[in-house]
Amino acid sequence: MSTCEDLLGTIGEHGAGIRTLDAGDRHLLEVTTQTLPKLAVDLTSRLRYEFATLVVDPGPDCSHTIHYFFYCPADATLVELVTGIKAGVSPPAISDQVHAADWYEREAEDMYGIHFAGHPFLGDFVLHDTEWPENVAPMRVDFDPGMRVQEPGLGERWHPRRLLSEEGALIFPVGPIWSDYAEAGLWLLETPGEQIRQAHSRLFYKYRGVEKIAEGQSPQRALLLAERFSGNSAFAHALAYCQALEKLAGSQIPARAEGLRVVFAELERIRYHAATIAELAGSTALLVGKSMGQEIEEDLLRLSGAVAGHRYLFGLVVPGGLAWEPQEKALRELEQGVAAAGARLGELEQLLVHSSSFLDRIEEMGTLTPELAASYGVVGPIARASGRALDLRRALPYGGYAGAECTVPCETEGDGYARLRVFFAEVRASVALIRATLAKLPEGPSSVPCEPQSGTALAWSEAPAGGAFHWVRLGADARIARWHIGTPGFRNWHAFHRAVEGVAFQDFPIILASFGLTVAENDL
Amino acid sequence: MANWVLRSLARGIRTTRWPRAEETSLGVTPGRPRAATGMSAEAAERCPTAALMPVEHGVAVGFERCVHCQRCRHGATAMPWSGDFEWTGGGPRESVDLPARFRRSLHVRYVDAGACGGCMGEVRLIDAPPYNLHRFGIFITASPRDADVLLVGGPVTEAMRTPVRKAYAAMPDPKRVVAMGVCAINGGVFGASFASAGGVGEVIPVDYVIPGCPPPPLAIIHALLAVTGRAATQVTAEQP
Repeated sequence: MSTCEDLLGTIGEHGAGIRTLDAGDRHLLEVTTQTLPKLAVDLTSRLRYEFATLVVDPGPDCSHTIHYFFYCPADATLVELVTGIKAGVSPPAISDQVHAADWYEREAEDMYGIHFAGHPFLGDFVLHDTEWPENVAPMRVDFDPGMRVQEPGLGERWHPRRLLSEEGALIFPVGPIWSDYAEAGLWLLETPGEQIRQAHSRLFYKYRGVEKIAEGQSPQRALLLAERFSGNSAFAHALAYCQALEKLAGSQIPARAEGLRVVFAELERIRYHAATIAELAGSTALLVGKSMGQEIEEDLLRLSGAVAGHRYLFGLVVPGGLAWEPQEKALRELEQGVAAAGARLGELEQLLVHSSSFLDRIEEMGTLTPELAASYGVVGPIARASGRALDLRRALPYGGYAGAECTVPCETEGDGYARLRVFFAEVRASVALIRATLAKLPEGPSSVPCEPQSGTALAWSEAPAGGAFHWVRLGADARIARWHIGTPGFRNWHAFHRAVEGVAFQDFPIILASFGLTVAENDL
Repeated sequence: MANWVLRSLARGIRTTRWPRAEETSLGVTPGRPRAATGMSAEAAERCPTAALMPVEHGVAVGFERCVHCQRCRHGATAMPWSGDFEWTGGGPRESVDLPARFRRSLHVRYVDAGACGGCMGEVRLIDAPPYNLHRFGIFITASPRDADVLLVGGPVTEAMRTPVRKAYAAMPDPKRVVAMGVCAINGGVFGASFASAGGVGEVIPVDYVIPGCPPPPLAIIHALLAVTGRAATQVTAEQP
């Protein structure tokens, strides 16, 4: 029996109303808060659905509509559970059973003041208690984004939670300003001396309020934010955002534009992974390996700059296609450059996997077991190194990936070495995909007019670090009324602390590098 | 292990010859629009950040607001773009270059105050082989207590105000602050809001600014040379 029929049967049991949209691929269910947890558990545990993202849409008078998105990798269907809550009503938490939703509920509590009943750990998340008064909820409609909320002296009241009570136990803080070029974030490592027993990631030092400041902006202006909140996965996020607008416009994107989008998205993935591999080699003090990785990264940045005008591909993707048509000559150079970079990364891989001193630092290190990976719902290369062969390019094919041959490498050990192998394997797959796409790139226009109408749309892309979901609601004035960005960083940082528990201090930066995450992608 | 050593030696020198020779490789910089006479106001209207300003004889450019969105780069009313990267300008604080004894030993602390991966990626490359910051006697240091220069990226988020202030206070005199990228100059696309201060200058005094979104590695190195008077600062706005 297909999961779809199974799903409809299950929903019938709960007596919820269902609407099927998008030629049967999307099911929208309006549910009550009572049936919500049971349905969420049925979807994730029995029907093998993956939790995609949680979107809160604020209404007037502090009422809210909450959208829970799930997708089924087996048959590419998407389920949306919608529930409305009135002001002051506490919806039940689903994160006690769907653990991947944990941070989404904490985020919603901080941003909207929605208290999820049964959630044990709300508060001090996005808005640090050191900086923000408790009653601030910046995503509510009545909050003025231009206003600065100040309450001096809050910092004195905050202390990190301490779980370890052994004699001599201490909390070792790492960040927010630390190491050479590290991103701002605080990691509190609890230790009795040498071993990290508990770790706690305190992120959102870089919270820029992207979703709030985008409200009221034109879609064209907000595109600048989509590219710039996480610059090294700019193309993937801009692509997901533009696809949402294209759904609202009903635009049919020409095949040539879809193909070129695949090419640039994969170019970004190769560059992102090259940078991660360089950082990982550098974290183990293997400086020649780091230099080789950085040279490849730099060459790919220059290639992007030469072909697309910008080293991080800013400005290339627009609603309706691409901003301009790259020249044939540039595309040939791109193909050659990518093939050369792929070959050099292959050479680096051979050197790295035959260096025992390097492997000693990453093998059986920072292990995220398949069970933990599934429980936290991690995505991207980290998931694929822990036995979860999840990839939106294959699970929910979009744009030019619909007919593309897309290899999804998978490893099961979940350690630093497995992640390294996945990074290299994905580079190989991306090089092959770029060459295959360019070889049969159709002729035709590379953009169509795109006039998005008011409404809501969810779109997604597989960013280098994992699946990204952009949910956009355009108002009647065709401006952004609400934009929710579900990032892979947000999913994966959730699980990061589990990989450093039990390791020695000096392994912390290595495990951090092996995750290949950016804080910017998490701290919107 | 011998393999790594041999490989390292066999690779030879991969570093740019800039600033002794010009660096014209494609893609080392995103480039930027330049002021132009005879352009209609229509060209300036396409700019989403008001970096292009219509004036009497053409279109002027404020580099501190340009985010290289490339919307003025193509089409009928395209602006001229130059492929340069020596962009550093003087900041709001009137300051003199650091004394000559810093010229061969300058220590820099980078602080991420809300920078996106773009600025993070570019700053990580300044001491990579293609650019090799160390050949100038400039070093990245882990502690602000050892730093002569504070290089700050990002619009300075609410939670980073205090760390930025503390890092600045911990530095010994004389010290200089470089705001790196459009976000650090004026908030960039994030602006000034409930979550962002809207630039480093709102929190600590700024001596030099590097326009760009993100500024490429050579633009960052150019700024660090300018701090000790080894490179000339540029204007940050241009009239036709």
